[in-house]
Amino acid sequence: MKRLVATFAVTAASLLAQWGGELRFCLRSDPKTFNPLLVDDEASETVRYLTGGVLIRVNRLTQKLEPELATSWKISRQGRAIAFQLRRGLSFSDGTPFTAEDVAYTMHALMDPALHSPTGDSFRSAPGDVETTVQAPDRITIVFPAPVAGLDRLFDQVAILSSRSPKKEAATLGPFVVTHYTPGTDLVLERNPRYWKTDAGGRRLPYLDRIHLDIQQNREIELLRFTRGEVHLINTIDAELFSRLVKQDPAMAQDAGPSLESEMMWFNQNPSAPLPDYEKAWFRSQNFRRALSSAINRADICRIVYYGHAQPAAGPISPANRFWFNAALKPHAFDPKDALARLQRDGFRFENGALRDRDGHLVEFSLITNSGNQAREHMAAMIQQDLAAIGIKLNIVTLDFRSLIERITQTFRYEACLLGFTNYDLDPSSQMNVWLSSAENHQWYPNQKIPATPWEAEIDRLMHAQAAAVDTTKRKSDFDKVQEIVSDQAPFLYLVTKDSLSAVSPKLRNVQPAMIRPETYWNAEYLALAPAQLARSAR
Amino acid sequence: MWIRRIFRHLAAFVITILIAGLLGATLVRFGPGFESDEQELDPRLNAHSVQALRQSHAAEQHLPAFYIHYLGHMIQGDLGVSRSLERPVTELLSERAPVTLRLMLYGIASGWLLGLALAVPAVLVRAPAYDLASTALSGVFLCVPTAVVALALFFANGPVRFAIGLLIFPKVFRYARNVLADAYTQPHVLAARARGLSPASIFFRQVSLWAAPQLLTLAGVSIGIAFGAAIPIEVLCDFPGIGQLAWTAALARDLPVLVSLTILVAVFTQIANAASDLAVSVCTRERA
Amino acid sequence: MKRSRNIAAGILVLVFTVSLLAGVIAPSPYAAQFRDFISAPASHRFWLGTDELGRDRWSRLLYGTRISLLLAPAAALLSTCMAVVIGGVAGYAGGWCDRVIRQVIDLFLSIPWLFLFLIVRAILPLNASPLTSVIVTFTIMGLVGWAPAARIIRAGAQSLRHSDLVLHARACGCRGLRLILVHIAPALRPVILAQFWIAIPTFILGEASLGLIGLGVADPLPSWGNLLRELTNPQAVTGNPWILAPLAVLVVVVSCFQLLLPEREFVS
Repeated sequence: MKRLVATFAVTAASLLAQWGGELRFCLRSDPKTFNPLLVDDEASETVRYLTGGVLIRVNRLTQKLEPELATSWKISRQGRAIAFQLRRGLSFSDGTPFTAEDVAYTMHALMDPALHSPTGDSFRSAPGDVETTVQAPDRITIVFPAPVAGLDRLFDQVAILSSRSPKKEAATLGPFVVTHYTPGTDLVLERNPRYWKTDAGGRRLPYLDRIHLDIQQNREIELLRFTRGEVHLINTIDAELFSRLVKQDPAMAQDAGPSLESEMMWFNQNPSAPLPDYEKAWFRSQNFRRALSSAINRADICRIVYYGHAQPAAGPISPANRFWFNAALKPHAFDPKDALARLQRDGFRFENGALRDRDGHLVEFSLITNSGNQAREHMAAMIQQDLAAIGIKLNIVTLDFRSLIERITQTFRYEACLLGFTNYDLDPSSQMNVWLSSAENHQWYPNQKIPATPWEAEIDRLMHAQAAAVDTTKRKSDFDKVQEIVSDQAPFLYLVTKDSLSAVSPKLRNVQPAMIRPETYWNAEYLALAPAQLARSAR
Repeated sequence: MWIRRIFRHLAAFVITILIAGLLGATLVRFGPGFESDEQELDPRLNAHSVQALRQSHAAEQHLPAFYIHYLGHMIQGDLGVSRSLERPVTELLSERAPVTLRLMLYGIASGWLLGLALAVPAVLVRAPAYDLASTALSGVFLCVPTAVVALALFFANGPVRFAIGLLIFPKVFRYARNVLADAYTQPHVLAARARGLSPASIFFRQVSLWAAPQLLTLAGVSIGIAFGAAIPIEVLCDFPGIGQLAWTAALARDLPVLVSLTILVAVFTQIANAASDLAVSVCTRERA
Repeated sequence: MKRSRNIAAGILVLVFTVSLLAGVIAPSPYAAQFRDFISAPASHRFWLGTDELGRDRWSRLLYGTRISLLLAPAAALLSTCMAVVIGGVAGYAGGWCDRVIRQVIDLFLSIPWLFLFLIVRAILPLNASPLTSVIVTFTIMGLVGWAPAARIIRAGAQSLRHSDLVLHARACGCRGLRLILVHIAPALRPVILAQFWIAIPTFILGEASLGLIGLGVADPLPSWGNLLRELTNPQAVTGNPWILAPLAVLVVVVSCFQLLLPEREFVS
């Protein structure tokens, strides 16, 4: 009899799991803005993802584009124009109907140069205004001043605003709406009753009634609350905490493989930096940079700092980015002998355990990194020991983030820097401001008037070429070459690619962790919770 | 005469506050990282937007102008708009003040109760074993980092609001025990004992009165200590209070918030210390 | 009482010598990473186990003690002396002098000092040795940490102002700073010593948090402060009690100091 009851309960649970419930998880900080056009931090991005409706969505699992508010689209004029066919009969959360006028309004607002929107800037490859032509209430063409590489993918980031709703940004087209916000404490999103999507059975999505987001900075406490069952998921969890969770309950720990995040270090090659000339000469030498790269034991870093949940990185593109990754590249192998040989080619001498350059200067420099990131501090300590083996004295200095940014972007008073790098987008055009020698984010020597080296000039040429090309195979081959030059010249020493780690409660159904943000709740409208009482009685 | 004295006190009060605000602003303004922003590292932003980002705090760059402007608005009850949270500072402070006040109140009350409860027997009983045990206990809590105390309480499902108490009590205990013990060596106390007065009467009428000024001063100072401890506790345990605000503002170089907080702390410190001074002078008169 | 004092002295001498001889006694250098023995439990080879990078915790404790045991008491002494002089002058002199000093103390208690440390870090070259930066850190902590104690000492000095002791000394022609240091300070000994004891661990812990903004002891040099940071993972402590060793040593050392310099004589 008892067993019969249990079986019945299990069946009921799997049936009822399909709807209702309140999903709880944590945000690491207050969202800085509720205006979807201005989003730049993770918390605001979460809110935008869960509440905003977009024309095209990048499926986080397949990395393919899927129609959302637009049923179809067509790019023309060498990537300058895009025409959308929109879904009919939809309305915003407040009941205002959705038309092509809203898309036009959103694009004009987004591209307003005075707004300085990061999303808007990614559409701006040349100065000038965006033009929109509304052909019908469900058809619109958008024309940009210059070709935009990977144009359609960029619309994944554009949440459509209503041009007419009196509620402004609060009227949304996504599965949820923000109903309550207590700064510093929590944020409540209720299901949007007017959301347009239905499941295969014709049931209106989303399944969840509510998402409760607690603002919680401390990751130890977040993990504790997760293991106590107070929150249902941790979207990204540090490797150290993850390894603890694996020991406690392996079923809840999810490793989705390599993510888009990598860790890297670079040397200050800015000629105006207040450093002695001989040091600048070291950092400008390819042999020096490659030697240091082969002196670092990446496998040990992966094993010790990331508990095996990372892999040695070969270049700027993670293997998670299936299309753009250059599979021919291999991470620089750990080989101290090769490192010393390369250094000798530049006239360095290894004597009595210390390395001296051609003029007898002891090779000693500092590595700055941001404070409070334990993995990075450990990584720095390991690099320090690896470099000591070839006679280099590395001084580690942890700085608070703003002080660090001031040094790397304005005063240039630093020698080497260790930081992480997150790709917002799969398309390499999103990295234009990193690779162009004239760009602000060309960290090792930003804002160059003319390229300082032939290889930087070559990268500039290839990046412009790939951006101008429409044919993706041509773009891919250009960008493959960029990756090869970067790996060969090593302006950035890529260290590791972190795995995408998350923790998911067994109560949460339909979760399919992906390696692209937002890893666990990218299909938020399909997520569902097993009803509590049933789950308990089923046990 | 009275009016002149009050006026003089008020003038000192206001001048101290103005100097504190100015010094606070100067430290923040000339600290590294004032003109940089985390957003600058976003590769999507073009050069134009990065420039705009750096220019966005131009109004705060000229310090005297900023400060005079700030004071002008402060008189009208406007403390400016937070640079990092983009909300009026008055709103932020009024939302968060109750959280911190409650935390500090629990902390100070429990810290003093515990500290005195340990110190008084230490002086009255004078058993070496008790002395050693209480010293060791307070020693342990003196040496444990705040973060550890707060996290341990959190993990043990304990009342985190008493964390400040655990950090204050060793300080109260050390001072109180020493001051009380010292009081017992005073000639008038010895005389009272020689006259055969009961221990309770000696404690309450002689010893307490002698020790009161220094303990009351410590009470004033402990408010500052409690606020200092509130910062890491609120940050670690995510209490949306003033301490957490202070920390995020410091990381973001949020000048309007930091200047307002400096002034707020200056006001509180002065009021607390003035109150304890007043209590001390009452006690001293009583004693005389 | 005398016996416990002897024991305390013995322990302190032992801790001092052992840490001074760290170079000889320590089984391995403080920075050596045994990468095949990560987070190892206590064993014959690693008496206190190894940390997350495989460094021998026992060796790190020996070297860390050396730095903290010398610098923290020095900084505590600096701040206590300043508190005695400033608080003593205010309390004894009274009048406008007292009022000005009181306002300065209030000022010191309300300023965001964190930014001073950030500015110092910006001025200090990045390649400054960890020892230089930790000495700078402790010095500044000593220089700004006197305010709370000064207030309490001021209150004490003020209550002594009209006492027989001071009147007598003044009658003998003793005045000014000499009067404060020779007559008032000894009378306030309990308060002053309490301040000194409290300052030592406070500064040690302060150094640990300043290590996070690049001041203080940088990797791989150990200090009590950064060893204590390991405790911030409460779950790790339950599994590996040997993480508590630095805390235990710190508590023992602070208690020994206290027993050694008695704060009072009981009259029975």
